[in-house]
Amino acid sequence: LPGKPDHSTNAVVKQDGGNPNRKGLKLGPKFISLPNHSGLQASCSLNIMKKVHLISCACTLLGLLLVLPGCARPNDDVIRVGEYASLTGREATFGQMSHLGTRLAIDEINAAGGVLDKPIQLITEDTQSKAGESATVVRRLISRNRVVAVLGEVASSRSMEAAPICQQQRIPMISPSSTNVRLTQLGDYIFRVCFTDAFQGRLLANFAERTLQVNNVAMLTDVKSDYSVGLSRDFKAPFIELGGRIVTEQSYSGGDRDFKAQLTAIRAANPEAIFIPGYYTEVGLIAQQARQLGINIPLFGGDGWESSKLIEIGGKSLEGTYFSTHFSPEDERPEAVNFVAKFQAQYGRTPDAMAALGYDSALILADAIRRAGNTEPQALRDAIAETRDFPAVTGRITLDENRNASKSAVILTVRDGQFRYVETIEP
Amino acid sequence: MSEFLQQLINGLSLGAIYALIALGYTMVYGILRFINFAHGEVFMLGAFSGYYLSSVIPHGTLIGGLLILASSMAICSVIGMTIERLAYRPLRQRPRLTVLITAIGVSLFLQFTGQHERVFGAAPKTFPQLVPVRTWDNLPGNVTINSNQLMVFGVTIVLLVILQLIIRRTRIGTAMRAVSFNHQAASLMGININVVISFTFGLGSALAAAGGILYALNYTSIDPLMGLLPGLKAFVAAVLGGIGNIPGAALGGLIIGIVETMTAGYLSSAYRDAIAFSILILILLFRPSGLLGKVEVEKV
Repeated sequence: LPGKPDHSTNAVVKQDGGNPNRKGLKLGPKFISLPNHSGLQASCSLNIMKKVHLISCACTLLGLLLVLPGCARPNDDVIRVGEYASLTGREATFGQMSHLGTRLAIDEINAAGGVLDKPIQLITEDTQSKAGESATVVRRLISRNRVVAVLGEVASSRSMEAAPICQQQRIPMISPSSTNVRLTQLGDYIFRVCFTDAFQGRLLANFAERTLQVNNVAMLTDVKSDYSVGLSRDFKAPFIELGGRIVTEQSYSGGDRDFKAQLTAIRAANPEAIFIPGYYTEVGLIAQQARQLGINIPLFGGDGWESSKLIEIGGKSLEGTYFSTHFSPEDERPEAVNFVAKFQAQYGRTPDAMAALGYDSALILADAIRRAGNTEPQALRDAIAETRDFPAVTGRITLDENRNASKSAVILTVRDGQFRYVETIEP
Repeated sequence: MSEFLQQLINGLSLGAIYALIALGYTMVYGILRFINFAHGEVFMLGAFSGYYLSSVIPHGTLIGGLLILASSMAICSVIGMTIERLAYRPLRQRPRLTVLITAIGVSLFLQFTGQHERVFGAAPKTFPQLVPVRTWDNLPGNVTINSNQLMVFGVTIVLLVILQLIIRRTRIGTAMRAVSFNHQAASLMGININVVISFTFGLGSALAAAGGILYALNYTSIDPLMGLLPGLKAFVAAVLGGIGNIPGAALGGLIIGIVETMTAGYLSSAYRDAIAFSILILILLFRPSGLLGKVEVEKV
């Protein structure tokens, strides 16, 4: 028995009545080859040990095999849908409103018996409005919670962070309100139920030129946000085409609080209006600091403005500003009126565009699951892609070949500390 | 020209706040030879105590605003002394690196505790207008200035004068200067080192709290991570002015504020932080003792 492992000699030593033969221990093979009964016992015990070891190994493996699927696949009596949203952090009101809308839709679907005779279980994760968090939580939703589809995010940067993961894992993802054009180009499993910035930029350019009747516009862009950078670009080209002029392009980074330097530079360039394609936290501060610097020209922006926090932060300085968004609670179509009533009954407050889009994203997913007849990824993807003329709260939704919704937009203004409807713009 | 003047005012009002924070770094360094990286978080706590006090103390008048300012300064000086007592004093005989890393730990602890929903929550809060705001535009040179900016200048100047008086004219100030020269000799002269160090932390934290309130008045949204960048910028300011040197910290703060504003106004806001930190690198390379600092000979 040359070159056997050390533990066999250990066993022998114990059988020898606990005689710690140090020399033997050190020179194991030599000791074992001693021509007496202990050598025989050694080989014997070695075999037993080996067997015991093998059996225990097999048992453990078997146990793992039995246990693992048990915890990975909880029960198949529900359809698990993942949602990731910025429930806390800088864009918290976006995520919260979107979540309330989604929640309302899921509750309604479940109250009506669910889909495919199963209730939908909504699993919500918070991205904390932070870069890097979306990828983590979406991976978790897919691998641990085994969701059949993912709803989210509000902000384009964070949607674009999670989209490649959904695409790679072949899990359909529907973003309720990320408008950056590039999002759905990331893969054929990525959808959205809102319009894109290509449309929003064009309509804002038209709005500036026709309604505001301004030719010289200054831009203030958040260089850290894909949404803001994309919308600036999508505004600039059509605006110049219409004969407008961008007198100065200033930038900031999301999270900044001091914009006086940029605003002073803007003031020196003498624009007739300032285009601010940012999110509400910064927009509120920008409006305030602009007025403090004596800049009293109109400010306008996109759907990133719509939050109750905007007015809380910006206060009076926002009076007479404009922004485009997806939905107005003053909308008179039956779907919208119905939704506003249900939302108010459930949560005691008026829904905004984020809530409406959150609601629509869940309805479209449920409708697709119903049409697909199962939750198999490929079938579900195809069913979502075939969504045609769906009567949603934010308008009739048809997903085009680029997986984008083509819908009308509304322009809102701030008057007496309230968002007021100005006009609807058809695509 | 009017743009330049306006940028100068913007920069000075930002720089004055950096100066207030930088003073805390520099005083603690002067006495303990270590950088209190949790100082930016005391600045944040100052803004939050102002936020919560505003629901207790009636505000909207100058008196109410100043009362809230003074109370927050008092609260934060207690917080600053507590941090020193709990986190730094037990480590005073350890290598300086240990204390430095502890300071970073305290900083992260405060940031992330603050983000918990039961504490402040991660969502930004809107800071109330503590004092009535007035804006004067059409000043000579087409310059606009508002009462909040004036308040920043006023409060900073008053606090700087008080600080100088404390350090130059009072017994505790003399003790502080003595301790900063030599701990051992000072304690042999009968100075209670612990009291002096506690007092220094209290004083620095009160200044940081004042900075926090002034910052929140001008940039009305506050959140638990708001102390991070201003804290680092103020640290750069302290190093620029010569760390350990009080007028240097004030000067450094103003310079950083102006440089930052000019960068954002004339170049691009993307370079704003980069330039502030490049200054740190340059000053460490070419003049490690700072603008007003004395070159120290390391005694062996």
